[in-house]
Amino acid sequence: MTLLQKVWDAHTVRKLPNGQTQLFIGLHLVHEVTSPQAFDMLRARGWKVRYPSRTVATVDHIVPTRDQRRPFMDVMAEDMLSALERNCREAGVPLLDLNSGSQGIVHVIGPELGITQPGMTIACGDSHTSTHGAFGAVAFGIGTSQVRDVLASQCLALDPLKVRRIQVSGMLASGVYAKDIILEIIRRLGVNGGVGYAYEYAGDTIDRLSMDERMTICNMSIEGGARVGYVNPDETTFDYLRGRRFAPQGEAFDAAVTWWRSMASDTDAHYDDTVRLDAGAIRPTVTWGINPGQSVYIDERLPRPADLEPAARASLAEALDFMGFQGGDPIKGTRIDVAFVGSCTNARLSDLREAARVVRGHHVAPHVKALVVPGSQGVRLAAEREGLDRVFTEAGFDWRNAGCSMCLAMNQDRLEGREVCASSSNRNFKGRQGSPTGRTLLMSPAMVAAAAIAGEVVDVREMTRGH
Amino acid sequence: MAIETIRQVSGTVLPLSGDNIDTDRIIPARFLRSVSFEGLEQHLFADDRAQVDALGGAQHPFSDSRYDGATILVVNANFGCGSSREHAPQAIRRRGLRAVVGESFSEIFFGNSVALGLPCVTAAPEAVDTLMQMVARDPAVQVAVDLSELQLTAGTHRFPISMPPAARDGFLDGSWDATGLLLDRYEDVEAVAARLPYVR
Repeated sequence: MTLLQKVWDAHTVRKLPNGQTQLFIGLHLVHEVTSPQAFDMLRARGWKVRYPSRTVATVDHIVPTRDQRRPFMDVMAEDMLSALERNCREAGVPLLDLNSGSQGIVHVIGPELGITQPGMTIACGDSHTSTHGAFGAVAFGIGTSQVRDVLASQCLALDPLKVRRIQVSGMLASGVYAKDIILEIIRRLGVNGGVGYAYEYAGDTIDRLSMDERMTICNMSIEGGARVGYVNPDETTFDYLRGRRFAPQGEAFDAAVTWWRSMASDTDAHYDDTVRLDAGAIRPTVTWGINPGQSVYIDERLPRPADLEPAARASLAEALDFMGFQGGDPIKGTRIDVAFVGSCTNARLSDLREAARVVRGHHVAPHVKALVVPGSQGVRLAAEREGLDRVFTEAGFDWRNAGCSMCLAMNQDRLEGREVCASSSNRNFKGRQGSPTGRTLLMSPAMVAAAAIAGEVVDVREMTRGH
Repeated sequence: MAIETIRQVSGTVLPLSGDNIDTDRIIPARFLRSVSFEGLEQHLFADDRAQVDALGGAQHPFSDSRYDGATILVVNANFGCGSSREHAPQAIRRRGLRAVVGESFSEIFFGNSVALGLPCVTAAPEAVDTLMQMVARDPAVQVAVDLSELQLTAGTHRFPISMPPAARDGFLDGSWDATGLLLDRYEDVEAVAARLPYVR
């Protein structure tokens, strides 16, 4: 059996009359944007939060990353955080708030505090909940009505998922990162290739990745259409969790490892589909369009409409038009205005280290606004202990407080006009970074750092040569 | 909860062409800065509309008064991809649209829509094209989406449509609002929780 089947079976309450499964949700993560309406619906129906002890909240999407004094200058943001505080207090749900020292992007803090564990079912009103699959959990993004359902019943009604194993083998070249692997997968399989599937990432390349890197890959499963993505738990997973605040301690940890190990896919498991990928052939990747599947290697040129099937030409033309690019243009040398290192995809300590390694001894190009937004207060503090904040600020980056920030621009951090942003985030949709006409180029944090310094898209492998 | 069955949606169509239309475009994130869903429909496709309308040519379908009063939204492939924000189908439903017909949908958007009583049905790309062309010629064309027959009727045309059986049954028997079902027989839920080693 696959991990998906085992976790699914362990959490199945019953088969519903309509053929769906009623699945128990072992961990419900809550944030300020998609929960207030759900708590209101609960109140309107006279229901209570059934398992407050299996529910954890934080604030991430709307938090200002500069001045965090309360009340926030931003009245709407203040309202949303106040509503979350009230809802959590009334329901007895723990809230990791700005004073907790543990606040951050929900998909960063769940793992770093050891709340996220193998074998769990996890739901959150956010599509990037797939991140937690890196631990061998089955983690779903849900909408607000489903947040209500989970609050009220700790369950979801779900259709079964198929499993596609994505087998990645070979050594990654220097300057190539987990971000490039997932962008490659999405480019190959399409932005809707994963609809109806859970993606199981496997193979020797994945085995060698750190937990941070596995999280980057699972995080963007949804950009390939797969609501769930996971990696089987192994020694890397257990080593990461050992000693974390909410992980089992002592003998309980050893007992947990035995259970976690038993939930991994069996070697003879059946898969609905298998895809193989050669990691050694992947080069640093940059998106040029308006969905995460529209990407090229740094040394490639943008596709021309004439190169494509007639059916695909309209999408290409729309993307080129929005971006102001021509088919056949090289991506290298594209001038940028903003550089953003942040988001639930790439704002963990290892991401900041890689970006800092590129930045050290250089300065941000004069025309570029550059900012680093750590994924959590914990990441920020750990980075400061290593002096990474000074590396960034001396190079001309802003060093900010933790939050979602310019990934989706629900706070003050946003693009203006037609600005082009080199971004370590996950979505290059039209208007995503806060300006309706703003343009996003997705890439690894190291590539963002390199672009910030050069003032244009460059090949990080050339920047770091000789270091 | 009153049980509301949804067997058929009929009326005129709002055609919106394009693949991979994501929920950031349906409702840009800045309009999520609120603790309620009220008024969201005013901001549907706010940025796309502003950009298309500024060109001075054909208006964006959501700005075009010929489609005022439409009850059926027709779209292409992978509609509603990206963010899980339920604000997207909420805004669509609050605009008066009662069904979506498309080549395909993102899973989260589909599930959110079911939870609101907004059926999303799929049709073949050729059928969607034909429908969009018919509506472009005559916005008043009457269309019926029949969930029990799994058939779409537009003027004299008939097209097969499909929908996953669980969602379809939910609309036909009025059980699409799942919460009640999930709270039923709660001792079963507690038994599962008690079996899980990590739930204490």
